[in-house]
Formats: sequence, structure tokens, C-alpha cells
Amino acid sequence: MNLTLHVWRQKGPQVKGKLETYQAKNISEDQSFLEMLDDVNEDLIKAGKDPIAFDHDCREGICGMCSQVINGKAHGGDERTTVCQLHMRRFNDGDDIVIEPWRAKAFPVQKDLIVDRAALDVIMQAGGYTSCHTGGVADGNALLIPKPTADYAMDAAECIGCGACVASCPNSSAMLFTSAKVAQLAALPQGKAEAKDRVRNMTQALLDEGFGNCTNHYECQDACPKGISVKFIAKLNREYLKTVAK
Amino acid sequence: MHLFTSTVGRKILMAVTGLLLVGFITIHLIGNLTIFAGNEAINIYAAGLHSMPPVVWIFRLVILVLFAIHITFGIQLTVENSAATPEQYAIQVTQKTTFAAKSMIYTGLIILAFILYHLLHFTMHVVHTDAIEPYNQLVNGRHNVFGMVGTSFQSAFITIAYAIAIIALAFHLTHGLQSFIQTLGWSNGPSQDKVSAIGKLVAIAYGVLYVAIPLAFLFHILKV
Repeated sequence: MNLTLHVWRQKGPQVKGKLETYQAKNISEDQSFLEMLDDVNEDLIKAGKDPIAFDHDCREGICGMCSQVINGKAHGGDERTTVCQLHMRRFNDGDDIVIEPWRAKAFPVQKDLIVDRAALDVIMQAGGYTSCHTGGVADGNALLIPKPTADYAMDAAECIGCGACVASCPNSSAMLFTSAKVAQLAALPQGKAEAKDRVRNMTQALLDEGFGNCTNHYECQDACPKGISVKFIAKLNREYLKTVAK
Repeated sequence: MHLFTSTVGRKILMAVTGLLLVGFITIHLIGNLTIFAGNEAINIYAAGLHSMPPVVWIFRLVILVLFAIHITFGIQLTVENSAATPEQYAIQVTQKTTFAAKSMIYTGLIILAFILYHLLHFTMHVVHTDAIEPYNQLVNGRHNVFGMVGTSFQSAFITIAYAIAIIALAFHLTHGLQSFIQTLGWSNGPSQDKVSAIGKLVAIAYGVLYVAIPLAFLFHILKV
């Protein structure tokens, strides 16, 4: 199939960018969206032009690097899908496709479709101390955590920190990301000790990093490639309320 | 205080003041609906209310504080949120949010403008004086609120102005009511859609009941 791409090109963080048009020719419907971009880049390199810069790593849907808004939807808008797992069969021959980077003050564009998501790391760091043992999986029942609680924490831990919640949020809020971390740790005994400081510090870091406030649009939940529920934001709010009562 | 500066704290303040203001419009609505209980009912209600000035003034003061908090933080958060998104997408397709959620600041400002107009109209008697003045004298020791309201709403302009504000209020509530539940952390995954649906129904009920009064006079179901 042949496609017309409208891709955000921006030479650097301080430079003004714009959408430029490219033709993607002879694209197979079995290719992933990133493989399609690889093909386009090869043509650009052969023509002596600067290839489109985009982030990618695992190409199996778990690294969360591919910060692309495709036709107005984070990661293309398919349910629980990152860009590497989006396939060209989802498009039709002759389609126009608009590809933009995440847009948020807290995610400055580095080049073309690459954004700096370090602000999410700052929120993580504000969460305080956690210990993670490497090596083999812990023995069953070695830690006395009820199964529903472990499942709940695991659902929150599914977050891959891709930033789609921020990209899709009308307020550019990172509340779903933050709530996944707060809820995961608050549910487990290891996280209880610092629970009150954690929720305050992480939400403060969210504001300090330039993210917006959550106003319950719930766009994040639909955009999340891991299906993180906004119930975790409700949990974060409960955790915050506990700190007010103290 | 942390509650007044933090992101979740201000969200909770918005939710709690919002719900208390819903409490106010509930009381106000019940009072208003006495207009359907005969020509004297609302006059007796109004006279009863104004026979207790301390209660009225404490009530007004509380409402003023609630509005001040709700409006200040509403505007402040909106400004912060638009600053967090300096550059817009060429195309942005939303999947879950609603018109009501996206227009909270606008419906809020419409409601604010309406409240000022409404106070100038029925409380301070500054605007639409031609509809108000004939009823300024006390009859049986009471103001003729029924006549004042009824005469005002025979004007299509006044009725439309009130209807616009009530529609804005209904939209504001469709997002606000379910938002309250989420903000206080009372929703879980499965209950989310049900809470939203109930919120919409309640919002529509408020809208219909409020707008019934001006429409009843405009279409002569109630007559002065």
C-alpha cells in the first residue's frame, strides 16, 4: 500500500518544528508502524535527507519508548497497543497519516518524534526508597500478601512509563502514571511505611515538573497501552486524604 | 496549607465546595418549586425566610466563601493546565472525555455571570425593574414574589437568559457529580460508568426542574 505521511520535524529542543509530508511506498500490511517508518527512513537516507528521528527499543510492546501520536491518538488509539504493535493492516491504501510527538510542557521535544520523558523519573525518585531483590523469583507464600492484593498491585505495576496518559490528557497531567506507582506501593506491606510522604512528594513532583492537574477526563485510561485503570487515581486521592487527616 | 497548594488538595477542595454548592442549589430548588403550590405558597416561603435575617446572612456568607474557593481554584487550575500544554496537536481525537468535562471553565463562568445577573434581578431589584416594581408593596405583610417572578418570565428574553444558565448548570453538574465521587476516592473501576450515568441523570433532573419555572410562566401554565 502507498501512504502519505505528515510527520512532525524539529531539528532540536529550541528550534521551531513543523509538519512535513512524505510518501511511504510499497508498504506491506504485515509491517509494524515502526517498520514502515524504517522503510521511509531508508528512502530518505538514500535521497541524502535527514531521516525521521523516533524512539524505539524493545519492539515488543513493553519498553514504552515510542512517543507518537498518530492521527490524533496516542500510539494510534488501538486498545492496549504501543506503536511497535500497531500494524499497517489497520490502515488503507492512500491514507493520510499525521504523526506527532507527545506534546506537553514536561516532555520537551528533543528531535522530530523523540521527547524527553525524564520528568517521569523525577516523579519516581520523589517516591522515596524501595528495595528490589534481583535473582530468582521469591518462593510462593514467602511474603504473606493476599492474592487479591498482590493482583491489585500487579495491575498497577503494569505501567511501563510510556507517557501516553500525559499525551492524551487535555491537561497534560501525569496523574495516571503517578497513581499507578502510589497505588502499587500503598497496597503492599513494604510500601506502607512511607505511604504518606510518598503520595505528597510524588504529586508535588508532578506539579513541579510542569505537568497539569487531573480533572477527571479519563482519557488516560483509554490511551494506556497497559490498561491502567483510573481507579488507581481514586486510590491516590484516598491515600492523599489520609495525609490530610493526620 | 498543603490542601490549598497541592494538586490533589485543590482537587478535593473543588469537589467538596462543588458538592456543598449542589446542596445550596437543592435547597434553592425546593424553595422555588413551591411556586407550583398555589399563588401564595412561594410568598409565604419567602416571607418565612426573610423573617430570620441572621440565618439568611450566615447562609449567604457560607455560600460566598464556597463560591470564592470554587471559582478561585477553578480558574487557577485551568490556567495551570493550559500552561502544561503550550503546544497543541495538529489533530487530537478524544476517546473518553465529554463536552461537559472540556467546557467546565466556560459553563462555570456562564453560571457565575448568571448568578450576578440573578442577584441584580430578584435580590437587588436593579435590572428588569418594570417587572419588579409593581410588586414592591407588601400585600398581607408579604412581598408578592409570585407576581414578580411570573411577570419577569413573561418576557422571552429573560426566560431565554435563565434557560441558557440552567443548561450550563446541567452540563457543569454532569461532569461535577461523578467527578466528586472519583476525587474523594469512592469509585473503583467497575462503578465508574454507573456513577457517571447516575450523575448525568441527576444533572438532567436539576436542569428540568429549574427550567420548568420560567417555561411554566412563558407558556401560561402558571398565570400571574
